[in-house]
Amino acid sequence: MNIQLEINNKIVEAQQGETILDVCKRQGLNIPTLCHIKEVFPTGACRMCVVENLNTGKLVTSCSYPVEPGMKIATHSKRVAEARKVIVELLLSNHPDDCLYCARNKNCELQDLSYNLGVRERRIRGVKNNHKIDTSGVSLVRDPAKCILCGRCVDACSRVMGVHAIDFINRGNKSEIGVAFDKGLNTSSCINCGRCIMVCPTGALYEKNHFAQIIEAIDDPKKHVVVQYAPSISVTLAEEIGMPVGTDVNGLLNAALRKIGFDAIFDSSFSADLTIMEEASELIHRVKNGGHLPMFTSCCPGWVKYAEEFAPDLIDNLSSCKSPQQMMGALIKSYYAEKVAIAPTDIYSVAVMPCTAKKFEAQRDEMTHQGITDVDAVLTTRELAQLMRMYGIETDQLEPEVADSPLGKRSTAGKIFGASGGVMEAALRSAHKMITGEEMQKLEIESVRGMDSIKVAHLEIGGIAIGVAVVNGLGNVAPLLEEIRNGRNDIHFVEVMACPGGCINGGGQPITMDMENVKQRMQGLYRIDGNETLRTSHNNPDIIKIYEEYLGEPLGEKSHHLLHTHYQKREVLV
Amino acid sequence: MKALNQVFTNYKDASPDDLIPILQDIQAQEGYLSEASVREVSSFLHLPASRIFGVATFYNQFRFTPTGKYHISVCRGTACHVLGSATVLEELEKKLKIKAGNTSRDGLFSIEVVACIGACGLAPVISINGEFHAKVDRNAIHRIIDEIIAKNAENEDNK
Ligand code: SF4
Ligand code: SF4
Ligand code: SF4
Ligand code: FES
Repeated sequence: MNIQLEINNKIVEAQQGETILDVCKRQGLNIPTLCHIKEVFPTGACRMCVVENLNTGKLVTSCSYPVEPGMKIATHSKRVAEARKVIVELLLSNHPDDCLYCARNKNCELQDLSYNLGVRERRIRGVKNNHKIDTSGVSLVRDPAKCILCGRCVDACSRVMGVHAIDFINRGNKSEIGVAFDKGLNTSSCINCGRCIMVCPTGALYEKNHFAQIIEAIDDPKKHVVVQYAPSISVTLAEEIGMPVGTDVNGLLNAALRKIGFDAIFDSSFSADLTIMEEASELIHRVKNGGHLPMFTSCCPGWVKYAEEFAPDLIDNLSSCKSPQQMMGALIKSYYAEKVAIAPTDIYSVAVMPCTAKKFEAQRDEMTHQGITDVDAVLTTRELAQLMRMYGIETDQLEPEVADSPLGKRSTAGKIFGASGGVMEAALRSAHKMITGEEMQKLEIESVRGMDSIKVAHLEIGGIAIGVAVVNGLGNVAPLLEEIRNGRNDIHFVEVMACPGGCINGGGQPITMDMENVKQRMQGLYRIDGNETLRTSHNNPDIIKIYEEYLGEPLGEKSHHLLHTHYQKREVLV
Repeated sequence: MKALNQVFTNYKDASPDDLIPILQDIQAQEGYLSEASVREVSSFLHLPASRIFGVATFYNQFRFTPTGKYHISVCRGTACHVLGSATVLEELEKKLKIKAGNTSRDGLFSIEVVACIGACGLAPVISINGEFHAKVDRNAIHRIIDEIIAKNAENEDNK
C-alpha cells in the first residue's frame, strides 16, 4: 500500500512498513548511521540517525521508525544537526586520539562523522576507559579502547555468522565487547572470519599483520620468497587502488607483486583447480562406496572451525581436501622446490587472501609436516594494498604481467571459487566429466549462483542422482545441519562459505557493508568465466601435467600425503 | 555434573527468560558461576556462553570465582555511602590487592559489594562470613584483616 509523507518539504511516496531511513535513502538523502546494519533488525541504540518529526516535535531514530501517512520529516534541521553532533562528541569524549596510528586512519566512520559534522574541539571530556587490547587471537586484534559500543560486531558474529563468540559484557561505563569470561579471543568459539572487522565503524577490530616477517624475508637474499593470491583478489584489489568495483586487475596484481620483490608469483586458482580434481573424485568415491554423505566442502577455514566446534558429530562429512591455499603451499615446498632445486627451508611462502581465517588456517598443526609449514604468512587484500603503498607502487605506472609457471595457469572454474556457489559449479563441471567421460553441455549452473542464503539443485549425472546445496553465509548452516542429522538424504554435496557472497566478501577484503558492491565483485568473477575458453579444471594443461609428472592420480598416494588432511573436535565455550 | 541437573529439574520447558533465576540458583548452590556451569546452562537453554556471561556481568550479584575462606560483603546502601563506604571498599581492595567480585590468589579473601544489608545504624558496615563489623574506617580495615590473617595462621599451625 502506498502512503504519502513529507520529507524536507517535499511530498514523497513510501510503502507501509518501510523505515524513514529506507525512504530517505531512496530520495538520495544522506543520513548518518552507526549501529544499524542492513541484514539485521534495527535496534535504535546509537541514535546517530535521528531526524525530526515536525508533527510531534520529536527526534526519532530513522533506522527503526516506520513511516506514517502525513508525516512531516526534517532530516537536516538545526536541531537534528546539533543532536548528531553531540552524539559524536559524546562518542569522542573517551576516545583515544590515535588516528595517526590507527588501522582505520582515513577509512573510519567515526573519523568521517566527526569531520562531516564539523566537530573541531573537545567540548565534552570523559574518563578514558582502561580496557586492554586483546592480541591473543591468531587472526584478529581487538582494541576495545576504540570501541564505540555500536554492537554491529555482535550482530554480525551472532546473526550473520551464527557463532556468537562476542557480546556486550559488564554495564554502564564498564561496558565493553568481549568473549565469555572476558578471556582472550583465542579461547573462544571465534572462527576468525573477520565479519566483525567488516562491520566495525572504527579501528577497534583489525587483522593481525605479518608485515615485518614478510619484509624481512623479501630483504633476505638467501630466501626465495614465493607468493600466491586467491581467486578473488584480482577483482577486489581494484577498489583499493581506485578502480571501479569488480574490475579484474590480474595483470597489474602480478606486476605489483613482482615489483615488491617476490621471487615467484602463483595463482591459487590453479590450486583451486587441483582442489576440484581431488574433491570431485572424493565425492564420486563416497557416492560409489557408501562413504559419509553429504560431503561438505572444506576450503573455508571459518566453516571448518565452526564444524569442529558446533558440529563435531559431522566432521567425517567434511571433505579431507586441504584448501587451495594449503594445497598450493604444500606444492610450492615440494613439487616447485624440486623443480627449481631450492631447499624447502629456504623458501618463504606468502599467501594473499580475502580472508582473516586463512591466517588461522596457515598455522594449524595439521598444516606443518616435519617442521615445514605449507604457508608462512598470510596477507589480506587490505594488507596487500598497504604493502603496495609501503613499497611506493603506483599502479598507473605498471604494465600488466602474467603469473609464473608451473603453478600459475588456471581455468575459470578455479577462478569462480571466489563467489558463493563457485566451488559447487566448478566441482560439478569436473564430476560430470569424471562420471560420464563427457563434458557438460552447458557449463553455467545458474541455480547455485547468486546471493540467496541457501541454494539447492538436484541433478542427474550419468544416471546418478546428485543433490547439492550451497550455504551462503554461515548463519544459514545450522538449520541444514539439523535436517541432515534428522535424516535428510537428498543432498550429497554441500558447499559452505562463511561469508555472505563468498570470498569476494571475505573478512580481509576492502571494507564495505554495501551488498551492491559485493554483487559487482561477484559479477567480475563470472565475467571472467564468461569471456575465457579454459573453463574446467580437468582441462587445465598444467593440472594434467602435474598429475602426469608428480602426483599420479587424484586421491593417490602423493595426493593423500600433500593435499589431504583431517579435522577434529574442538572444546571451546560455544 | 549431577549438582546442576537438580537445579535444571526445577525448570521444565525452560526458555531463555529463565536464565537469571537459573544463574541465581546455581550461585546459591555453588557460590559462584564457573565456566563448567556456564557451559551446562548454555547447552540447557541453547544460549551462547558469551550471551550468558554478558547477561551475568550486567548484574552485580554474580561472581565468577569461588568465594574466599573469608567472604567480605561491603554495604553500599545510602547510609553507608554517605558515611564513607567508598573509602572502605577502596582500602579493602588496596589491602587485599583484589577488586570487588574477585578472590585473592591464596583463596583466603573475597570481596563483594552488596546493596543495603539493613544495618544502617552501624554504617559504614561490612560483614565477614555473616559477622557484622560496625562503623569501619581505614584503620579498622587494617586491624580486622590483620587479625584474621594472624588467627588463620595460628589455626594452620595447630593443625
Ligand atoms: S577508530 Fe577512527 S577516530 Fe578512532 S583513532 Fe582510529 S581512525 Fe581515529
Ligand atoms: S572473527 Fe567472526 S567469529 Fe570471530 S568474533 Fe569476529 S565475527 Fe565473530
Ligand atoms: S568493536 Fe566495532 S563494531 Fe563492535 S561495538 Fe565496538 S565499534 Fe561497534
Ligand atoms: S543507526 Fe539508527 S539508532 Fe543507530
